[in-house]
Amino acid sequence: MGRIEDYGEFETAWCPGCGNFRILDAVKKALADMDLPPHKVAYFSGIGQAAKLPHYFKCNMFNGLHGRGLPPAQGAKLVNPELAVFCHSGDGCNYGEGGNHFLAALRRNVDMVLVAHDNQIYGLTKGQASPTTEEGHVTKAQPWGVKSSMFKPLAVAVALRANFVARGFAGNVDQLADLIRQAHETPGFALVDVLQPCVTFNKVNTFAWYKERVYELDDSYDPTDFDAAMKKAEEFGDRIPTGVIYRNDRPNFCEALVTCGGELFNKPADRGLVRSVMMQYA
Amino acid sequence: MAIECINILIGGEAGQGLATVGQLLSKCLVRSGYHISVTQDYMSRVRGGHNTFAIRCSAQPVSAPLDRVDVLVALNQETVTLHKDQLGERGIALLGESIDDEGARALAVPYKQLIPKRLFENTSALGVLCALLGIDREVPAELMRQTFKKKGEDIINQNLEVLDKSMQWLRDQSPDFPALPAPPDAGREKIMINGNEAIALGAMAAGVRFCSFYPMTPSTSVALTLIANAETLGMVAEQAEDEIAAVNMGLGASFAGARAIVPTSGGGLALMCEGISLAGITETPLVFVLAMRPGPATGLPTRTEQGDLDLVLYAGHGEFPRAIFAPGDLEQCFRLTHRAFDQAEKVQGPVFVLTDQYLADNYRDVVPFDLDSLPEPVMPGESTDDPASYERYAVTESGVSPRLVPGTGEHLVVVDSDEHYPNGHITEDHGVRIEMQDKRMRKEQILKNDVVPPLLVGEEGADVLLVCWGSTQGPALEAAQLLNEQGTSAAVLHFSQVWPLVPEQYAETLDAAKKVVVVEGNATGQFATLLKIAGCFEPDGRVLRYDGLPFTAQYILERLG
Repeated sequence: MGRIEDYGEFETAWCPGCGNFRILDAVKKALADMDLPPHKVAYFSGIGQAAKLPHYFKCNMFNGLHGRGLPPAQGAKLVNPELAVFCHSGDGCNYGEGGNHFLAALRRNVDMVLVAHDNQIYGLTKGQASPTTEEGHVTKAQPWGVKSSMFKPLAVAVALRANFVARGFAGNVDQLADLIRQAHETPGFALVDVLQPCVTFNKVNTFAWYKERVYELDDSYDPTDFDAAMKKAEEFGDRIPTGVIYRNDRPNFCEALVTCGGELFNKPADRGLVRSVMMQYA
Repeated sequence: MAIECINILIGGEAGQGLATVGQLLSKCLVRSGYHISVTQDYMSRVRGGHNTFAIRCSAQPVSAPLDRVDVLVALNQETVTLHKDQLGERGIALLGESIDDEGARALAVPYKQLIPKRLFENTSALGVLCALLGIDREVPAELMRQTFKKKGEDIINQNLEVLDKSMQWLRDQSPDFPALPAPPDAGREKIMINGNEAIALGAMAAGVRFCSFYPMTPSTSVALTLIANAETLGMVAEQAEDEIAAVNMGLGASFAGARAIVPTSGGGLALMCEGISLAGITETPLVFVLAMRPGPATGLPTRTEQGDLDLVLYAGHGEFPRAIFAPGDLEQCFRLTHRAFDQAEKVQGPVFVLTDQYLADNYRDVVPFDLDSLPEPVMPGESTDDPASYERYAVTESGVSPRLVPGTGEHLVVVDSDEHYPNGHITEDHGVRIEMQDKRMRKEQILKNDVVPPLLVGEEGADVLLVCWGSTQGPALEAAQLLNEQGTSAAVLHFSQVWPLVPEQYAETLDAAKKVVVVEGNATGQFATLLKIAGCFEPDGRVLRYDGLPFTAQYILERLG
C-alpha cells in the first residue's frame, strides 16, 4: 500500500467546489491502494479542465491536444507495456473532438484506463453544449436549446463490447477510487465515466441534482449480462446507476497482436536482422 | 542516345497483372546484371482504366524515365492506341489476343496456344519478353521456382513448361530486335527495391519500433514494408483510425522511448499539422514521410508532383525548428531516412522525408546498403543520478534538454502542449515563454551545422546549371549529360536536404554558373522561391512540370530554350 501523500499537493486552476477535486482525490487513493508509485504510471490527457488533472499530482504525463488524449496513450502502452497507462479527458474533449479516437480505442482494446470527467458542458470555453448535454438544455451558444441527441458513452462502450465499463460519481470518492482500481486491474480497455458537476456553467446537473438520482449497483447485478448492461447504460433520468455496468474478456490488443514483443523502447536496430530483411529483395 | 538502353512499356487495365509481369521481368534483368529504373503510372481505381509499368534497362546505370518506347507490351487495345507513337525506330509491340497493331511493327502472341489456363498468362508474357531480350532461361526459371515454392512441384513444373514454350515461340519468330550489350556488373550482389521500400529499410536500420499510419497512396507501401517485417524486427505498426490519431500515436510511442515513423501523403499531412506543432513544443522526436502526389485536396491521387514543399516547410502553427530531407535516388532514400531518425532524436522534434509517387514506385537495382558504415544511433537517456530534480525542459546553451523516457527510473517525465516551466508544468508567465521559445529555437543551429550539402555533378562555372531537389535528380543528370554531349557545358546541383538551407554551401556555385535553371515538379517553383528567401537568389529560368507525370531528360531539354 502506498501513501496518498507520496503523490504530492499542487496548486490548481479549478473553480472552488469543482467536481475535479474529488476525482483527483479518488485517483490518488486508487494509486495508493494499488501501490503504483508515481514513476510507474503515465497519464495522458487532452485539453480542458479535466485534462489538467495530471498536473496536480506526481506522475509521468503527456498533456497533448484537444480530443487527442487516447492516441498517444495507446502509442506509449504499445511500446512499453510495463507502464500503467491512464487517460483523463472531459466529455467535450473525449466524446466530441476525440469521438473517433474513443470509438477506435474501444475496438482496439489496448490495456489502459480512460477516466472521462463528464460534466455535460464545455467548462473551459465558458459553457457551450457538449455531446453529453441533454436535449433542450439552453446555453449561450445554443440559445434555442440543444437540438442534437445526447451522446451515451456507456451504451456505446457496451455496444462495442468493451472489457470494462463503469460509471462513477465525483460525490462518492471511495466508490470512484475502487472503480479506477478495478478498471486498471482489468486487462484491455477500461472506461470509467464520472458524473462531475460543473459548478460554474451547468446549472441543471448540479451536485444536488445528481445526489437525488444516483444509486449504486448491488451484488444482484451481473455486469457480464450484455442485455442487462445495455439497459443500465441507457438508464439516465430519475435514477442513474453507478458502479460496474459491463465486463467482458476480449483479448487485449497486445495479446492479440503477434508483433507486440514487449519493451520496444531504447532499443537500437539489430543490423544482422535488418540485413536478412534487406536480402529478401535480392 | 547517351545511354544504350531498352525501354519496355507494359500497358493494360488495372487487374490484368501488368505490375506482376513488370516486377518479374525487372527481377530477371537485375539478376542478369542489368541496371533498371521503373516508372509506374496508374489510375485511382481497382479495376479497369489504363495503367503502365515501364522498365528502362541498360548495361550502364539508369536513373530516369524515358519517353521513347522500344518494346510495347499491350494487354489491351488502348495501350497500342496511346503509345504506338512512342515506339522508336527499332521498336516492336507484343500484342495480346485479338489486339490490332494499328500499323505498328508488332508480334501477336498466341497466348491461348501457349498456356493451358488464363492463370498462366503472366508466366507466358515473361517468357516471351525474356526471350526477346536475350535473358538466359535459368534466370526466369529460378524465379518461377522461388515464386511458386509454396504452391508445390506441380505448379512450378506447369509454369516452367509455359515459360519454355513461350520462350521457344518468340525465338521461332526470329524478330529483328537488337540485344543489349552484356552487363559489366553481372555477378555482383544486388537487390531490387522501390523508393518506399528503401525508406522502410532506412527506418529499420535506424531501429524503428513503431509505425502508425492511415492508408494513403502513394505512401502506404512504406508502412506495408514495415508490417511485412514487423515480426522479424520486433516492432508495432498500427493502422490508426485517421491521420490525426496516427501522428498522436507516434508521439506517444516516441515519448515512451521508441523510434517512431509516420508515413503519409499531402492530404494526410495536412490533417497532422496540429500534431506536428505538438512535436515541436513537446520536443518529441518523430519522423514523417510525405510521399507527394498532385493536389490540391485529392488532386491526382496516384500521380506524381513536388507540390508539397511549402506545406511541409510551414506545417504546424507557431514556430519551431525542423529538418526536411528530399532523397533523389534509392541510396538517398535509405541513408536520409536513417539520418532523419538521428536528427529527430538529436534536436528532439519533427523531421521530414519528402518523396513523391514517382520515386515511391520507382524500382531500381541497388548494391545492398552498407549497414556497417552507419553511425551509432542517438538514443534518449534511461536514468539520472538525481531523479527528484530531473527537468524534461531544463534550459541549456544548445537548447537541447536531457531526454529521459518514463518508467525506466524514479524520475518523472512531464510533457505539455501548453507553454511550460522547465519541469514541464503549465505556465502563462511571459518571461518563461520567451525563455522556452528561445531554447527551442536555438536547436535550429544544431540542424544548420549538420545540413547535408547539395551535390554538384559537373564543373563549377558551367554554361547551364540545373538546380533540382528530390526525385528530379535522375532526369536532371541525364539532361546535363545530353547537353554536354551536344557541346553545351552543363552541371547539376541537387539538394537532398531542402531545409534548413545554408547559402554558404552553394552560393558560389550558383554565382559561378552562366545560367541557373531550377527544375522542379510544381506550378509555382516552390524551391526556387525558397532559394530566394534563404539567400536572395533569383534563378535565370525555371522548368516546371505539374501534369502528374515524372520528369524526363527530354522534357527538360525541350523547355530549356
